Amino acid sequence: MISYTVRRLAISVPVLLLLAALTFFLLRLAPGGPFDSDRAWPPEIQANIAAKYELDRPVYVQFAHWIRDVAHGDLRESFQYLGRPVTMIVAESLPTSIYLGFLALVFSMAVGIPLGAVAASKQNTWVDHTAMFFAISGISLPSYLIASLLILVFALWLGWLPPALWDEPGSWILPVVTLGWRPMAMLARFTRTSMLEVFRMDYIRTAYSKGLSGRAVVFKHALKNSLIPVVTLLGPIAANLVTGSFLVEMVFQIPGMGKHFVQAVINRDYPLVMGVTLVYGTILILSNLIVDLLYAWIDPRIRLND
Amino acid sequence: MINVPDSQIKAWKRFKKNRLALISLLFLVAITGFAVFAPLVTQYSYEEQNISQKLESPSTRHWMGTDTLGRDLYSRIVYGARMSLAVGIFTALFALVLGTLTGAVAGYLGGWVDHLLMRVVDVFYIFPSLLLAILLMLLLGRGVTGIILALGMTAWVTQARLVRGQVLQAKEMAYVEAARALGVSGFSIVFKHILPNLWGPIIVSLTMQIPSNIMSESFLSFIGLGIQPPYSSWGTLANEGFRAMRSFPHLIIYPGAILFFTMLAFSYLGDGLRDVLDPQGGGTIF
Repeated sequence: MISYTVRRLAISVPVLLLLAALTFFLLRLAPGGPFDSDRAWPPEIQANIAAKYELDRPVYVQFAHWIRDVAHGDLRESFQYLGRPVTMIVAESLPTSIYLGFLALVFSMAVGIPLGAVAASKQNTWVDHTAMFFAISGISLPSYLIASLLILVFALWLGWLPPALWDEPGSWILPVVTLGWRPMAMLARFTRTSMLEVFRMDYIRTAYSKGLSGRAVVFKHALKNSLIPVVTLLGPIAANLVTGSFLVEMVFQIPGMGKHFVQAVINRDYPLVMGVTLVYGTILILSNLIVDLLYAWIDPRIRLND
Repeated sequence: MINVPDSQIKAWKRFKKNRLALISLLFLVAITGFAVFAPLVTQYSYEEQNISQKLESPSTRHWMGTDTLGRDLYSRIVYGARMSLAVGIFTALFALVLGTLTGAVAGYLGGWVDHLLMRVVDVFYIFPSLLLAILLMLLLGRGVTGIILALGMTAWVTQARLVRGQVLQAKEMAYVEAARALGVSGFSIVFKHILPNLWGPIIVSLTMQIPSNIMSESFLSFIGLGIQPPYSSWGTLANEGFRAMRSFPHLIIYPGAILFFTMLAFSYLGDGLRDVLDPQGGGTIF
């Protein structure tokens, strides 16, 4: 397992490099530059700016120099927030994003898994149908609509919760629920399917014939085993939380990294886009690795070799 | 008379029994009808402004109300359906063609071709799709074509993997071996024998792809990187509605509800089709 982990980590370096290269070249190819403004600056000033940020050099030279700086732990300074290093912006905004994502993950598991388990144990009853309608609607509603509905009902009409920002715990509820809603729905559907399969196994019949109560069988025997395939879902969920955070942080005015990403792309803030992409890439690669390790650890029948 | 294979008639008969899926299909046909015949079913155009009638609540004249520029919301939703559905369908078709070709070639030829193509697919796979779409949008411009290409470039890999897997399986089947023994060329085997047998899973994946593309388009438009005004898609309408929602909730509720029911219908239709066409293809979550 250790050699597997080391190998996977070694592969992730060229993967990140590729990701960085693609992003870098796509950004430079896109029309519009970071210092375009409505008023045309004198050519000397433009040339000076281009020279300062190496924008006048060939793209591959720029990329090589950027890689050299990254290798020294320097993500350069943002164009948009002049004088502020990207590492500092990331260090300030990443904890909020991770905290938001973590709470959303906890929410989705705490609600989604029991919902799926209950639906499966009451298959084809109104409980099952209601739970699954709930889950399908979660997959059918884009996150901005969930956000709008939640803000409309709980902030504007009922006045129970603040409509935006991220300070006291009460303000966390709406963004966390918005971000966690879709993963919650995915987990509920997947848990249900997986549980129904487990219900057909011999050992479940054995548990029943031993005289165990329905609840004991569902929660102690069936749920544990049906959660094994659910672990694989954590990979897509991590990706979902990352892209979901762009929108949630924008809508709720949360000072996280996702908000920076969209803004930086629009403003052509090359260093900031590159820095944030690199961090996201690392997070996604690591979370996929953790999911695979977790899967092998939970289910000893799985052998890691590829 | 058109010769419909037996299996397709059977599939249709089984499909008809699933009421929810059938209703969903009818709903989607109706929405598509509205979108196609938009000028016939609306009184106003999507860009006709009338400042003296701005931000009206639903009434007999504008039964879904008007927006901040006095444009008729119902007309904008119908024209928005055009945009959203067109992006959903054309992106899915783009992904279908590119993905099927890549998957079929990789699966049938195997060897280094397979290896090379699958590494390309892997690259696209690890790239978070919306991140890639956002960057491609910059390059391709914020028009309809830009969106279709950007989303298509992220969507085709799933299709390629699916088709490759199916082709690999089919390659071992007796009918393919028989065709090969008869001297049929590789090209004909793939396109005349294998792919026509895969129409079930392909249609199922298409019904799963379209809504996910509609969602992605509306996401991009909502964050301001998609369709630009005065054109409307369901995402841009939701974006405009979100900003005015405090005082004028109808601006977000109507486009939101239409989008929601469309997604729901695609979901039920997809489940229904999968049950009859592709029973082994487990739970797909778009």
